[in-house]
Amino acid sequence: MLSIVVCVKAVPEPKAAEDLKIDPVTKAIPRHDIPLEINPLDRNALEAALHFKEQAGASITVISMGPPPAGDIVKECLALGSDEGILLSDPAFAGADALATAYTLAKAIEKLGEVDLVLCGRASSDGATEWVGPELSVFLDFPVVTMVREFIQFNGSSWQVKADIENGYRLVQVELPAIFTVTQDLNSPRTLSFSGIIQSRKKEITTWGLKDLALPANTVGLAGSPTIVSKLEYVESKRECEIIEGSLDEKLDQMIGKLVEAGAV
Amino acid sequence: MGDTKYPVWVIAEQILGEIPPVSLEITGQARILAERLGVEVEAILLGNGIEDQVDLLFSAGADVVHLGSAPEFTNYQCEIFTESIVARARDRNPQIILIGSTFMGRELAPLIAAKLGTGLTAHCIDLVLDDNGVLEQQIPAYGGLMSIVCPEKRPQIATVARGVFPMPNLDEDRSGSVLPVEPPQGIKIRVQTLEVVHTEPEGVPLETAPIVVAGGAGAGSLEGWLEIQELADTLKAAFGSTRPAVDEGWTDLETMIGQSGKMVNPDLYIGVGLSGEQQHMVGITGAKVMIAINNDPKAPVFEQVDYGIVEDCRIFIPALVERIMKLKSHAGRTAHVV
Repeated sequence: MLSIVVCVKAVPEPKAAEDLKIDPVTKAIPRHDIPLEINPLDRNALEAALHFKEQAGASITVISMGPPPAGDIVKECLALGSDEGILLSDPAFAGADALATAYTLAKAIEKLGEVDLVLCGRASSDGATEWVGPELSVFLDFPVVTMVREFIQFNGSSWQVKADIENGYRLVQVELPAIFTVTQDLNSPRTLSFSGIIQSRKKEITTWGLKDLALPANTVGLAGSPTIVSKLEYVESKRECEIIEGSLDEKLDQMIGKLVEAGAV
Repeated sequence: MGDTKYPVWVIAEQILGEIPPVSLEITGQARILAERLGVEVEAILLGNGIEDQVDLLFSAGADVVHLGSAPEFTNYQCEIFTESIVARARDRNPQIILIGSTFMGRELAPLIAAKLGTGLTAHCIDLVLDDNGVLEQQIPAYGGLMSIVCPEKRPQIATVARGVFPMPNLDEDRSGSVLPVEPPQGIKIRVQTLEVVHTEPEGVPLETAPIVVAGGAGAGSLEGWLEIQELADTLKAAFGSTRPAVDEGWTDLETMIGQSGKMVNPDLYIGVGLSGEQQHMVGITGAKVMIAINNDPKAPVFEQVDYGIVEDCRIFIPALVERIMKLKSHAGRTAHVV
């Protein structure tokens, strides 16, 4: 039976993320409780794992690193059908960049024992880096394929996948254990079902901190991160917006006017 | 200022034997950084039978080209490429490595960074040196500009999308030295690209289009999405998207505009049903005229465009397409009569 790990990240809900902006006057970022959700592409990764489980049987462990509220999204993954949920949470983990995050996740995955497959979303919607999956592959010494859009052959120890490239794809053969980062084209993630929620009620998530992973504090979080934020500057918009008013018809007239002006029609 | 010994590196790329524009753009930027630091620019290029591409890298600003030209390098092979680049980087100790945000670059960059145990900044929109010669890697964040630095570890590695830096003036009189890169021997191959399939891109190319219509999550559904696409078709415009729309599965990554997608410079940009997320908007700063349509008058997009229309795009766009069609058929009839 396949042992699958799915890495998920709690990201701000898009509407809430819009509000996270530098105040033009105080230059500070407003702090409030931000509603979190599962990073959209990580849902595709989880869906792939659930698909393998339904097809051939698999155990699915979801791992997330984040502050305690991120535990809610790990619980949501249990309700969606994962078997185990682990939250990596410790004040020492705070401020981790991609490298420190990948390192911490790798140590947690090693602690789980034998793993055949690690699945991650292609990128996170907030940090917008795509580094954690591939960097994890270096720390685990697993092969990696990024931007997987289709699993072509997924039996045995040698798999074939299609991965996106510029205007096309590549067909890649990989020996397991391996890491795949997946795109939105791979599948349509399922939504929560009532029975899933009921069934997962009894399941508990496990929380691991620095001591559980037996890691030196200088290898994780901000201390273990090679990159730091050195500056954050407010940027003034260079454009002044004229709102076109009126009835729908008048707006359409004006819009056509702008298109003609620009030589578009 | 800074480190005056170690070179600035560029990971160049070849797609079907040709160097894509982004590789030359980042070579040009590497030249600017290297001149300030008083060091050389070195590019590494892996492929098969690509010797004829080397001069292009020299003319764009490279002083040294590490050239791997062998059948093993024909297609991007994750382990072979990573091993070759990391081994050469350990040998030359570059202080900076710039990598294009191509599909290959996006996979290679984190592998190289993790193997070298150093930092990596994604999809920078500017790269400048501070007073100590440390690379400030700028990305959009929180409605502002965030500078990320890698103060201690070397190299400092950044990926950059096409169009962030201008194409440098190609000086054909420039030349430099070529150092050969041999395919690595005896490494364990666990991942192998068996086949690469390129398809002809559809529609108007975003990077050079005079008109760009971009859609966002406000389309609401695939049906709404197709309406926005129809507007683009009607205007013979290139069609772009935002990350949330890509995540919805309405379109693919190739259409995404912004920090981690494409940079566009059209005469006219029309943003439909998108909120004005900064990561998208940084891809369009070069547009001449910008129009946004969104049903939320408070959407941040209205602070960043020239004209705003507060309407539900699902109503406004089909009506607009109808008007344009009428106008066109009217113009056609008039022309016929004349």
